[in-house]
Amino acid sequence: MDFTLTSDQVALRDGVREFATKRYDEDALRAGTPADRALWRDLAGLGLFGLALPESAGGAGLGMAESVLAFEELGRALVPGPLVGSYLAAGVVDGAAEGDTIVSLVEDGREPLLVEHPDLVDRVAVLRDTGVTVVAAGALPTEPVASPMDPLTPVARITSSLPDGDASADASDWRLRGTALTSAYQLGISEAVTDRSVAYAKEREQFGRTIGSFQAIKHILVDMFVRAELARAAVYAAGVTIDDPEVGDAVRTATEAKLLADQAAVLNAKAAIQVHGGMGFTWEVPLHFFLKRAWCLSTTFGTADEHALALAASV
Amino acid sequence: MDLRFTEAEQAFRAELRSWLGATLPSLPPKPSRGDWPARREYDTHWQRLLFDAGYAGINWPTEFGGRGATPTEHLIFLEESERAKAPYVGVNFVGLLHAGPTLIAEATPDQQQQHLPRILRGEEVWCQGFSEPNAGSDLAALRCRAVRDGDDYVVNGQKIWTSHAEVADYCELLVRTDPDAPKHKGISWLIVPMDTPGIEIRPLRTLVGSTEFSEVFFTDVRVPVANRVGEENDGWRVTMVTLSFERGTAFVSDVVNSMVTLRDVAEFARKNGQWDDNAVRREVGQLSAELDALWLLIKRNVSEATHNGVPGPGASVFKLRYSELRLRLGDLAMQVLGRGSLAMSDLAGPGSGYQVEDKLNSLSYTIAAGTSQIQRNIVAERILGLPKEAKG
Repeated sequence: MDFTLTSDQVALRDGVREFATKRYDEDALRAGTPADRALWRDLAGLGLFGLALPESAGGAGLGMAESVLAFEELGRALVPGPLVGSYLAAGVVDGAAEGDTIVSLVEDGREPLLVEHPDLVDRVAVLRDTGVTVVAAGALPTEPVASPMDPLTPVARITSSLPDGDASADASDWRLRGTALTSAYQLGISEAVTDRSVAYAKEREQFGRTIGSFQAIKHILVDMFVRAELARAAVYAAGVTIDDPEVGDAVRTATEAKLLADQAAVLNAKAAIQVHGGMGFTWEVPLHFFLKRAWCLSTTFGTADEHALALAASV
Repeated sequence: MDLRFTEAEQAFRAELRSWLGATLPSLPPKPSRGDWPARREYDTHWQRLLFDAGYAGINWPTEFGGRGATPTEHLIFLEESERAKAPYVGVNFVGLLHAGPTLIAEATPDQQQQHLPRILRGEEVWCQGFSEPNAGSDLAALRCRAVRDGDDYVVNGQKIWTSHAEVADYCELLVRTDPDAPKHKGISWLIVPMDTPGIEIRPLRTLVGSTEFSEVFFTDVRVPVANRVGEENDGWRVTMVTLSFERGTAFVSDVVNSMVTLRDVAEFARKNGQWDDNAVRREVGQLSAELDALWLLIKRNVSEATHNGVPGPGASVFKLRYSELRLRLGDLAMQVLGRGSLAMSDLAGPGSGYQVEDKLNSLSYTIAAGTSQIQRNIVAERILGLPKEAKG
């Protein structure tokens, strides 16, 4: 038993972190730069989408343990776009692993039915209990939706019933891995806003001293840090357990990861805005982008409430 | 990252499990909470059984009679013991987990020889004389005075929150030997036999209603200078050395026990109709997720200790999160029991009394061994690197 990162895992995490902070840097973040095809090709060039595909299929042959580390870093940098959908589609949808085909997800039954990034995606993968059906984005009738809550998660409303089709993949597998990856991205958000708040509290002065010296501020920051630590343990365990199901119940572990990471991301982002005071409420300080993304992702792959109730059933 | 136990670790677990299975049925019935002599007898008997089976001082180095187990084996030992409902370390706590490790790190060979084997065999019970009425969170402000007089120190002062004082043979006592030095620099660490004249013990009744700890008064108590551990005025460092024995396993039993308690609360709710309440089920699921994550944090801390000899800075994080979770678990139990919570006997069915008593007891968790507020300051300053608060 060794629940620490291997040196290879540390190197992978550091590599993705370096890529993400350069490719989607502070200027891009503050400007609210949306995802585009060039970003997708660069993510594919990094090997992101094929991370867990076998080497024979052009992938890196790694597992979910490594994939959650990568998604944690994407969340930390708040890299936009339908990352989870494109990752899951790699190896199933032609061109997804290479970043040439951009795929987003729609979960059946999650009303209102929305396509995220409607002007960017080529395919939409529909998740049903019976399986995953992939359709061309143009084949889905949609209408535009004005004023998206998260400016970097534009949505269009689907105006017809979802199409039937042959199941391209196993829905429970997609749900399991999608839950873990989304949790990892949320974990990254929870850490990024904590780091930003700690740095701000060390610089900002009031009453002749840095506000980080006040216990009223310190204790908020510690609670943020602790929430992220707890979520991190759960998220990493979800990755490890999906790779090696003998060490635990993969579905349960991923459920716990999503519950704790959703809460860490949303609560920490809100706390970060509070710690930044008036500046936290401005568009210029990019904390709102983190909170809005955290809220968006909280509505995918099961809400925190749904996960808590599901977990209770097996206690 | 690897959550699989090695074959050696699995073998250790299997052997321990079979020993526990064979040994636990032979134990006498548990004594009542208030009967301290009987509790000493029960706890030290268990310690002797552990010793004879080679499990005493599981994490102590072999040259001091311990088993020298790895941090992961220590984790397994505590996990299996709790799952089998083996006796808690009880009155052996200070000797095995605090005084003993301090003696191993800092005492003379004579002092070690006199005490360590007896602690391991359950023949010697220790208590801790650290906190004082005016030195709680700010422990280094302690004032219990020791003045040299020939080959003795003469000790005068008061200690508080001393567990097991009534049945202890020795006290690890922090005294002020230099009142003029900065507060951390004038403290010494003494071994004090509890039968020395001038020691008076006054049990304190907790809000649970039982006496778990005492006030201890020292009036002209003569302690040989030979009983000092470490140099004079170096007692603060000696005390801190003990922390380096921590391998991330401090809360293993507590977390396993909390998981059992949560299941018991869920059972009560299923039987009395509260389970239909979404809010109750949601909190059960939430606590379950957090307990599992805490269990994973233990595994991470133990893994870090295996690599580095000491766990990462996770101990304060863990203590903070665990103790606050435990309060919520108790709140849930009280909510589920409803009017059945009005007695510490089993008013709402077998085990309900324990839930109520446990809720009351858990109120100490966010206070003892560093309040949650102090833990937050520690995490803020030592992990997040935030500046200390200006002192008035």
